[in-house]
Amino acid sequence: MSVTREQVAKIASLARIRMTDEELDRMAPELSQILDWVEQLGEVDVTGVEPMTAVIPNTLRLRADEVDADPLTGGNRREDVLANAPVAEHGFFGVPKVIE
Amino acid sequence: MTDLTQLGIKAIRDGVRVGEFTAREVAEAFNAAVAEAAELNAFIVTTPEYALAAADEVDQARADGDELGAMAGVPIGMKDLFATRGVQTSAASHILEGFRPEYESTVSQNLWKAGAGMLGKLNLDQFAMGSSNETSHFGNVASPWRKAGSNQPMSPGGSSGGSSSAVAARIAPAATGTDTGGSIRQPAAFTGICGIKPTYGRCSRWGVVAFASSLDQAGPMARSVEDCAIMLGAMAGFDPKDATSLDMPVPDWGGALSSDLRGKKIGIPEEYRREGTDQAILDAWEQGKAWLKDAGAEIVDVSLPHTKYALPAYYIIAPAEASSNLARYDGVRYGLRELPEGAGLQDMYAETREAGFGDEVKRRILIGTYVLSAGFYDAYYNQAQKVRALVARDFERAFGEVDLILAPTTPTASFPLGSMNEDPLTMYLNDVFAVPASLAGLPAMSVPAGLNPDGLPLGLQLVGKPFDEQSVLDAGLAIEQRAGFTAAPEKWW
Repeated sequence: MSVTREQVAKIASLARIRMTDEELDRMAPELSQILDWVEQLGEVDVTGVEPMTAVIPNTLRLRADEVDADPLTGGNRREDVLANAPVAEHGFFGVPKVIE
Repeated sequence: MTDLTQLGIKAIRDGVRVGEFTAREVAEAFNAAVAEAAELNAFIVTTPEYALAAADEVDQARADGDELGAMAGVPIGMKDLFATRGVQTSAASHILEGFRPEYESTVSQNLWKAGAGMLGKLNLDQFAMGSSNETSHFGNVASPWRKAGSNQPMSPGGSSGGSSSAVAARIAPAATGTDTGGSIRQPAAFTGICGIKPTYGRCSRWGVVAFASSLDQAGPMARSVEDCAIMLGAMAGFDPKDATSLDMPVPDWGGALSSDLRGKKIGIPEEYRREGTDQAILDAWEQGKAWLKDAGAEIVDVSLPHTKYALPAYYIIAPAEASSNLARYDGVRYGLRELPEGAGLQDMYAETREAGFGDEVKRRILIGTYVLSAGFYDAYYNQAQKVRALVARDFERAFGEVDLILAPTTPTASFPLGSMNEDPLTMYLNDVFAVPASLAGLPAMSVPAGLNPDGLPLGLQLVGKPFDEQSVLDAGLAIEQRAGFTAAPEKWW
């Protein structure tokens, strides 16, 4: 088995997903099975091969240096940005107290 | 009068143009068909008023003598992965339940601009993660197809299962899909319809809920090759808001469509002849070769030696990107928030994500987090990206000799809902033929080839060179004309 229950608990905590004991018991063998299966990639000779980062050759563009060039993605849309927030107060996102 | 719900994109558009019927009559007919088909569970939200409003605009434009768009009067289903202003966009998840975007995705906006209307938001696998439409928070989608003599519910494929089910059931003439590792082609094959994933970058990803950004690509699903060509033309185009959008003109695919394949070479990859593939699929593949030959093409054997490794590479790369993309669901800016009494910020994140994500989504986030974690990154993620380069190189070499590749879309026909749940891996293997083209970003299409002995549809897949959607569509048309696939599911819903 490639991952233990403890390792899964650690990954879940890194991914910020709470997991019950039952879930960990179920997930650990499932993840192990998947990871054991992807291990076969180790057989492939990749000497001299660069990792692929983009499928279609494409260059990054620069946008025009203009304020609010696209009104949809420009500024002054605070109400729209906050419209779906679970908690919004005084024009900000509300979160539980972070600093004592 | 003709039953308007039997018509596809071109027939509706042309009928509205010449005044054979009004766009409103079409929208009403499809709204009624959608309302009757609740048992399929193809839609998460229906928007009959949106379909009517768009239709009225088209009818008014026609009365005013204005020029009508390529999709004028055609009501379509919108996969619930595309942000639609004011209409719930959930990605079939609990974490985005109730999310009403303040903006419209580029692809849906392009379609409305071309005169299409929206019947509703289509169900899918949660965050497009799945191959059977069984991971949706809003319940399974049923295929309109059933095995002959059986009433067992069958899978419409995934992740665009609501799209495939709706189009096959004739409750929508066409629908949008998205394809990360086969999510347009596999459901199209399962339900006897056509679907094309264009070259990566053709359709803007702006406003599409992200799964694996280097693979995600939108495309049309419809019942004919020509309808796919027309709709793809309306969806595609350069978008400065998507950094990977292709800055290239969109050809008139529909207008240039030709099934004359003289001078074309079609490659048959021997590595796709793998164990576990149904005999009926292998027979359809043979038949497909004969059809393309009949259309004037030359059939050539080619080798794609790294095919076997495409799927495991995909199941590292896609979850890795997903784990990063889905980090945004934190209970702060939109969507669900779970905040137990007295809990802090970190607890809020963990509780929100536990309650908001389904099992398959959690599984993929965990795999992604694992393969990207310190100490494993090189062994897993980097190795997978190198294998991805080799898979792409295989295609590049093959395309030095041939213009297109013909392969099956899936190793089997549709399966009963609930029959593949014993372990996640079995399900993953269903995308074995679809994933290589995704990893290489190539245009690929599924077209119906016939029915298997159980009376279920089978699809053939065409994969083309980058930017050469035209050849893919042309060969698709050649198959369509020779397959004469007119079978339709019997109405039971």
